[in-house]
Amino acid sequence: MGKKAPKKRNLADKVRKTKTAAEIKNNPFEVKINRKKFDVLGRKSKHDVGLPGVSRSKAINKRKETLLKEYRQKNRSNKFIDRRLGEYDAKMAPEDKILLRFTIERQRVHEKRDVYNLNEEEELTHYGQSLAEMEKFNDAVGSDDESEEKGLLSAELTASHFGGGGGLLRKKTSGGDQLDEQSSQRTRSRQELIEELIQKSKQEKRERQVQKEEAQELTEKLDQDWKSIQALMVKKTPKAEHEDKPEEKPKPEEYDMMVRELGFEMKAQPSEKMKTPEELAREEKERLQKLEADRLRRMMGDEGGDSVQSHAHVSADDLNDGFLLDKHDKKTLSYQDGKWNIAEESEGDKEEEAESGEEDAGAEEANEEEDEDSEEEEEDTSEDEDGHSDLESEQESENEESEREGEARRPPSLSREELMARQEAAKAELPYTFTAPESYEDLKGLLHGHSPDNQRLILARTQKCNHPSLAAGNKLKLQKLVGFLMEYLGELATRSPPELSAVDKLIPELYALCQMFPEAACKSMQSILGDAAHSMEEVIEVKGLAAFPTLDMLVYLKVTALLFPTSDFRHPVTTPALLYISQALTKCPVRSLQDLTSGLALCCLAVEYVSFSKRFLPELINFLSGTLRLAVQDKASAGCVVVPPFRPSGKHSDLLVLSSAESCRSWSETKLPLVSTQQLELNSDLDRDHYRLNCLSTCLDLVKRCCLLYKDLTSFTHIFQPIRTLLSKHLSRQNLPGPLQELHREILEAISSAPVTHTRLVFDKKKPIPLKLFTPKIVEILDYGKKRGCTREEREKERLKHKYKKEFKGALREIRKDARFLAREKLNEVMNRDEERKRKVKMLLGSLATQEGEWKALKRKKRK
Amino acid sequence: MAPAKKRNVSSQPNAKRAKIDLEGIVERLLKSRKHANDVFDILEFLQSEKEKDVICAVNACCKLFCTLLERNDLFIGKLPEEDEALNGGRSAEEKYKIFMRHRYNSCVEIMLEHLNHETHEVKESALCCLMKFAAEQGQHPLEDLDWSEHFSFPRELIHAVVQTLLSQTSDNSLLISRFQEFLEMEDVRYYVMSAIRENVATVMDKNKGAVLPVYQSNVFTLMSNINMPSQDSELTNFMVKQEAKHEDWKAAKLLDHKRAFERMWLGFLKYKLPNSMYKKVLVILHDSILPHMSKPTLMIDFLTAAYDVGGAISLLALNGLFVLIHQHNLEYPDFYKKLYNLLEPSVFHVKYRARFFHLANLFLSSSHLPVYLVAAFAKRLARLALTAPPTALLIVLPFIYNLIRRHPSCRVLIHKPSAEDELLEDPYLMEEEDPALCRALESSLWEIKTLQKHYHPDVAKAAMLINKPLPEQEDDLNEVLEMTAYELMERDLKLSQSKSVPLEFEAATHLLKGGGEVLGQHFCLV
Repeated sequence: MGKKAPKKRNLADKVRKTKTAAEIKNNPFEVKINRKKFDVLGRKSKHDVGLPGVSRSKAINKRKETLLKEYRQKNRSNKFIDRRLGEYDAKMAPEDKILLRFTIERQRVHEKRDVYNLNEEEELTHYGQSLAEMEKFNDAVGSDDESEEKGLLSAELTASHFGGGGGLLRKKTSGGDQLDEQSSQRTRSRQELIEELIQKSKQEKRERQVQKEEAQELTEKLDQDWKSIQALMVKKTPKAEHEDKPEEKPKPEEYDMMVRELGFEMKAQPSEKMKTPEELAREEKERLQKLEADRLRRMMGDEGGDSVQSHAHVSADDLNDGFLLDKHDKKTLSYQDGKWNIAEESEGDKEEEAESGEEDAGAEEANEEEDEDSEEEEEDTSEDEDGHSDLESEQESENEESEREGEARRPPSLSREELMARQEAAKAELPYTFTAPESYEDLKGLLHGHSPDNQRLILARTQKCNHPSLAAGNKLKLQKLVGFLMEYLGELATRSPPELSAVDKLIPELYALCQMFPEAACKSMQSILGDAAHSMEEVIEVKGLAAFPTLDMLVYLKVTALLFPTSDFRHPVTTPALLYISQALTKCPVRSLQDLTSGLALCCLAVEYVSFSKRFLPELINFLSGTLRLAVQDKASAGCVVVPPFRPSGKHSDLLVLSSAESCRSWSETKLPLVSTQQLELNSDLDRDHYRLNCLSTCLDLVKRCCLLYKDLTSFTHIFQPIRTLLSKHLSRQNLPGPLQELHREILEAISSAPVTHTRLVFDKKKPIPLKLFTPKIVEILDYGKKRGCTREEREKERLKHKYKKEFKGALREIRKDARFLAREKLNEVMNRDEERKRKVKMLLGSLATQEGEWKALKRKKRK
Repeated sequence: MAPAKKRNVSSQPNAKRAKIDLEGIVERLLKSRKHANDVFDILEFLQSEKEKDVICAVNACCKLFCTLLERNDLFIGKLPEEDEALNGGRSAEEKYKIFMRHRYNSCVEIMLEHLNHETHEVKESALCCLMKFAAEQGQHPLEDLDWSEHFSFPRELIHAVVQTLLSQTSDNSLLISRFQEFLEMEDVRYYVMSAIRENVATVMDKNKGAVLPVYQSNVFTLMSNINMPSQDSELTNFMVKQEAKHEDWKAAKLLDHKRAFERMWLGFLKYKLPNSMYKKVLVILHDSILPHMSKPTLMIDFLTAAYDVGGAISLLALNGLFVLIHQHNLEYPDFYKKLYNLLEPSVFHVKYRARFFHLANLFLSSSHLPVYLVAAFAKRLARLALTAPPTALLIVLPFIYNLIRRHPSCRVLIHKPSAEDELLEDPYLMEEEDPALCRALESSLWEIKTLQKHYHPDVAKAAMLINKPLPEQEDDLNEVLEMTAYELMERDLKLSQSKSVPLEFEAATHLLKGGGEVLGQHFCLV
């Protein structure tokens, strides 16, 4: 900016001023050259040449100005203050000072003269400027260059106005004037000159005012125009356009407002392209591939890059409140079908808003609900199905992608009508808001007496009403709900008769909650497993054997497999669960058909757990071969090795032996009910035989699955050796019904087709140790010299320390110099004083001598 | 005096008065001999139906007869028939003593009967009372002998007590554990041991060596409750003090104690034992029987017989055999062959797994074993590991690695680069009983390769070690020997807190779906 103060002149300048800089620099006696040890390329050195004399004189002068003055003032109460105008203003040239003083003096005289001059109009001034004028400036538009202009003006003014005295400063304005002035310079008095000047300036001022008004008018007009077109180009006006016109100055408020408006204006952005179904499919495929890769990585037990979460529908900056999850799901749903469009989606959103509003308002808005009923229904079905239907669709796409997805899921449309109808009925009584249960008893009370479907609805709504994004404490409440729900599932399974269908209905809700709160779900499942295993361990310690796990534990184990990945190399939930299964399979003796059913259910679970990872589970094979052995009639001849919990002989070792061969014919395969792990009523021998055959068929099927799972293991033949001998020698095919014969044959084929030869074991090839490389290791050095700390804080600390040290040294040096200077001054003073005294004494003695001389002369005269 | 009256008193509401009465009677009896006949009342109470009365009476008897023994008011020497003595011309003093001695004898008989009473309190108080009698009797012997030449100890009484304790019909383990307190006394222990030996010999001979589970378990409980001292100087606690010649008393010498102990056990183990008893004996054999025997080698027969039984009994016999081989220079031919044949799938499931592997580790720690033997063991264990639970696998794998480390020539089992590309069938013969012929050295441990796919991460990791040369340091088995499945599980349960939990990304819709639908295929909800 123009008004920048002239660089402060200090003493050094003064000193240098006395001789010109060039003169000093060229004087070899003044210059001291600092010898450099090394020439460093590219380094600029500031201090290669020094002027010690100059700097010393500078320092001495400075001390004289400051320290010496203080010293002189020491112990003095009074002080001499120079109040002359501009005396201490180093910026002002001495000529200026004189000028200023003169003006003030003149003004004083003028004021005194005007004291009695009442009527004369007088302009009031402030800092030498008319107040009236300043008032006019008030409404002027403040702009950046305004002050500059003003500054120029005032500088010029002062220069021309008060510079009259100093002829040197007079500015030659124009050629014409020059002549004029030259001719009339002597004729005109000083008075006239000044008046002329005043006139000129007034004229200038007026002109400027006119100009300003014109400019203002123009800007206003422009504003009007701008407003008229503003609406047309709301979105695309780049900011730059406005910055181009700094001249136009709208009223400050308006302008500010405008600027802000523009700043906050939504910039229209290109809307996202609608994705084609192919793209969507590809995206979905990529997502699944990523998840799959992730799963494989965990299966191998790599712990390295574990940052990627498995639930990828949660974005990276998700707050873990599950809010985005829902949105995301909805979107995929709306796009997936192809039929859904944006309008419909937004409608859905509105509905949701309405619903949430209702939720807040509670039951008072029941009427409104009635109005919206039809819509609501639609919405609700999709809503409570949302876990369901979109998952369904996910699975469908998954089916396309992955071959291992064997069987098609239940078509969603099938149950939709049923659900709709049921919900129609339920709608009447179910409220829309539920408070999250605070205790397990609360949850039981909440769900008590409702049908499974309604229980699910209730849970879904509870989950929605208490969504973490709605209130602060909700997250905690829902986390608790996970634990309660788990407990509730167990209780449903332990009731008699077990309400497994209710459990089945609640699974999706549990899954959704688990996705929201993996930690809570993990913790509650862990505590369940831990407790169960602990109690089993205690029983084993006492008796050596334990009873098979109850139905609720089977349900929990299955739920574990549904909620957590079973293929991980190590997982906080599934690994203990698998260990529990294996413990149960080794420690629980089979004493009845119920026990056997439990055992087979556990085997099924075990196969499910390892079906993907194909991990080896010895207990599973042991149990299956033991089970097959139960079906062998002649135990004594079957000399194969028996592994606990089975015994070579005993009263329970004939559990699966058919009572009559006839029952094979009437048998057809049926599924085993899970309930029969707890209670089993088989009245006739035929029933019992059929049940036995069912168990046997399950067992054989599991063996077949195991064969397929483990066929790549090196010891495959040895693992399946007992089963092979059992099947080929003791459990002849002839005695079995058709489907079982088929299984029998397949198993034997699978076992015998496995390769028996293997290559010998050798250690993994060692990675060759890389040769030592001699390329320099490049380390970034930010500052040379001493090794600095590594972190930013350390470096900063180092820097400050260094600075402090430098300053401290400098200060010490300065203090020493000060002391030396003062001492010198004192010495000077003393010497001066002594000299003075000597001089005076001399003078006195001199005068006395003259007196004496004169007197003596007088005396001599008299005598004469 | 009148028994009729007393019968009335013993009715339920007057039970307390009965007690007071009993105390009164005892006092009266002790005060003057006039009331001598009141002793019948006490004896009657002793045989009463009510436990409380019985206990009161036992206490009363205890007090009465102890005082009488102390006063020497009981007849000393060979006791004449009661009627005869009363009619004969004896002094009133003598008659009284004879009378009281007869009452004392009948009291002891009743007490012995009470040792088989249904209620434990009665048994216990009777036992205590009898032992007090024994103590008093030791101080004031009832036999008329020259005590300067004999050692006074109530042998008959102790024999009788032991005989009743070792009942053939009821399990007396509770009472026996109470009796242990008296076994702390050196002389009692000594005489009890000899009493047991005699009792076992007579009873078993009478039954012609047949198995008597209840009796034998009683004997075992009593015998295993005997805590032998380890040094002569520890023999300080005596029930009966012998004034002179205490030093010469057998009960005061440790060597005699050891002999009695040894004879007692050998006498017991001579007969056929039930299987569970066999195991129990073998469990405590190595540290509470063998060290206290004067000649432990006498156990060789028993141990070799047990070792040949097979199964868990053989496993347990190992421990005793080890002590004998290690400390007593027992030469046992084919020891390793038998050990090799002990390795069966059940080894991993039995209760004594930890003990077995600890010992097997000791036996195989010798570096002088032939390579074929070590290889056979390693291969067999590896083969058996295919059926083992994870806790056992965590023992077996380090075990095998230790074997290979100790015998570097076994390294071909996991590393045979010379025949790398050769495809071959496993030459190992599982059924071969002789480790020299089982061709283990020609084989490789493919089983461990299989276990690399084991479901438990720790096992899989342990099995992965064979992919690289094994580190020099041997694995410490002691950490894993006692680990239970629950402890293994706890590791994972505690591990989780730090990291986030991976979740299943396939959404769950139904209970029986998902995970290959194995459960869904075979089971239905209802």
